[in-house]
Amino acid sequence: MFGRDMADKAPQNPTAVDAPPTVSGGGGGAAYVYEAPVRLWHWVNAAAILVLGVTGYLIGTGTPATPGEASGNFLFGYIRFAHFSAGYVLGVGFLLRIYWALMGNPHAMQIFRVPLWRSCIWREVYDEMRWYAFLAVEPDRRVGHNRLAQLAMFFMFTQTITFMIVTGFALYGQGAGRDSWQYKLFGWVFAIWPNSQDVHTWHHLGLWIVVTFALVHIYAVIREDIMSGRSISSMISGQRQFRD
Amino acid sequence: MSGATETFYSVIRRQGITRRSFHKFCSLTASSFGLGPLAASRIANALETKPRMPVIWLHGLECTCCSESFIRSAHPLIKDVLLSMISLDYDDMIMAAAGHQAEAILEEARLRYKGRYVLAVEGNPPLNEGGMFCIDGGKPFVERLRWMAESSMAVIAWGTCASWGCVQAAKPNPTGAVPIDKVITDKPIVKVPGCPPIAEVMTGLVTFITTFGRLPELDRQGRPKMFYSERIHDKCYRRSHFDAGQFVEAWDDECARKGYCLYKMGCKGPTTYNACSALRWNGGVSFPIQSGHGCFGCSEDGFWDKGSFYDRLTTIQQFGIEKNADQIGMAAAGAVGLTVAAHAAITAVKRLTHKPDRAVRKDKPT
Ligand code: HEM
Ligand code: HEM
Ligand code: SF4
Ligand code: SF4
Repeated sequence: MFGRDMADKAPQNPTAVDAPPTVSGGGGGAAYVYEAPVRLWHWVNAAAILVLGVTGYLIGTGTPATPGEASGNFLFGYIRFAHFSAGYVLGVGFLLRIYWALMGNPHAMQIFRVPLWRSCIWREVYDEMRWYAFLAVEPDRRVGHNRLAQLAMFFMFTQTITFMIVTGFALYGQGAGRDSWQYKLFGWVFAIWPNSQDVHTWHHLGLWIVVTFALVHIYAVIREDIMSGRSISSMISGQRQFRD
Repeated sequence: MSGATETFYSVIRRQGITRRSFHKFCSLTASSFGLGPLAASRIANALETKPRMPVIWLHGLECTCCSESFIRSAHPLIKDVLLSMISLDYDDMIMAAAGHQAEAILEEARLRYKGRYVLAVEGNPPLNEGGMFCIDGGKPFVERLRWMAESSMAVIAWGTCASWGCVQAAKPNPTGAVPIDKVITDKPIVKVPGCPPIAEVMTGLVTFITTFGRLPELDRQGRPKMFYSERIHDKCYRRSHFDAGQFVEAWDDECARKGYCLYKMGCKGPTTYNACSALRWNGGVSFPIQSGHGCFGCSEDGFWDKGSFYDRLTTIQQFGIEKNADQIGMAAAGAVGLTVAAHAAITAVKRLTHKPDRAVRKDKPT
């Protein structure tokens, strides 16, 4: 430990961060992993994404015609309004989550930073793949995210959500107009795709990446809850419990 | 050939246009730019005193629809004035001279107005096979384009061809046609996309440049902000039906007759920057959506290559398959869903058959 350089100090060390909860001793160890802001963010974020996914899909497909005068209806307007409001919640939440990654405990950084350059990471990913391929009988006992989950979160969640926020606000800027801050801040997206039809297409494809992530994620947390006793309640209480 | 120090005013007076008409022209111009009442007299003053700006108009690989649109400008005065001005300099489509005579005029204009003329380009250069797919005066057009651009002050890219490439650059683009900003990189370029651009937009731009002697303010894509800062969708008169969620589902349904929004019929208004819904066409008579047809997105980059004009979702070609985002996404999510279900099933079976495994874990220190 003492011989290491500063950058390698315990909080950044991927193995030390997630060491099994030896401190608490006993069989069913508990460790405080997900701090309150992370938990709160997780559920707000999940709710926002649910709203964004449903309303986004409806925006993409259009709704069946409502009868009556146009002045008496605002269905599509409300759907879009819900999408944009949830978009703001997601965006602001994501910024706060980044802030907490810097201020919070080392686990808070996990979804933003995967030290891919360390060989131990790949060993752990390999072990985790063996676990999910039914080859290992012994589940991983780390307290934070397992390495595979961390990879999925980094590549499928963090990256995709960043992309969705950037393209989402760029599209929003089109409606808000050339003088809006959204256009000033995110208008560069249209330097990459001059035809905003492409931005719509990629933004739409992002929906399916998020859906796929959510599918695997929810399955994995339920399965882990049953199979290795890594309880779902970690995202509620913050305590990582190993129930055996 | 007119002298280098001539003013706009002296030219149009020589063309037989009265002073009264000239002032009408100035106030029309001022209002079309959205400027206040005082601007008309400022424009008049500029046109009477400043040397006029020569315009040279070249034609590359194109269909001439831009010229066709231009000569149909709603205000006859503007049209006459500008056409006579432009044909004074060079436009091989509408000028009287032809053949060697025309070539001589072009060369003369280039030398006489060196660094002071505006080069208006309709169409674009194909680059494959050394540019042999478009020969102009015995040489590849791309050479003439470079040569004329070299001595120009600024370049106007007329239409979607010159701005983005348009149909000749659509996949698989056998001639290697490229928008002109791929060839001309050292001059300011104004893009005026549209297939064709609206006549009033074209005449408005030429008037602006000849009047003020500079280019108007451009957006990130190099288009004049005064005509391209809003989408068709932003000023569409069917927008209230869009917000209400009232969409046409088929071309001859009840909703189509009621004039509902054409979003589901693939209208590209929400992604298309152009002035159609504000200025309309043919002197303000109508525009596609008013006639019951969705917008094609004709003023947008690569609009030919985005799948059907009648689909809401764009076809994605990047993955070697022609599917839209929902088809690709649902297939991927479905495959992952099946994998998850299979994984869950195997887990359940394993758990039922290998119960004793759990005992192994107990003896590991945690
Ligand atoms: C019923 C729904 C959900 C449940 C039960 C659930 C549960 C959990 C649990 C237990 C964790 C901790 C995982 C671990 O320790 O490795 C977690 C983390 C996470 N979940 Fe969910 N989740 C749900 C929905 C979602 C949705 C819809 C999303 C977004 C698409 C999402 C995104 C995340 C992210 C990004 C993390 C990492 C949190 C962090 O470290 O900051 N979750 N979730
Ligand atoms: C998980 C995040 C998100 C998902 C799954 C999502 C999904 C979608 C989908 C599927 C569409 C329809 C695209 C189309 O076919 O044209 C859409 C449109 C749009 N989204 Fe999102 N979106 C997300 C985040 C955001 C954010 C953060 C914003 C920012 C405010 C945003 C703003 C927009 C806008 C402005 C449109 C275009 C609406 C229109 O054209 O009327 N989105 N979104
Ligand atoms: S018809 Fe097209 S441009 Fe008009 S509101 Fe509907 S989608 Fe927008
Ligand atoms: S409505 Fe759309 S397709 Fe039609 S001319 Fe205007 S921009 Fe082009």
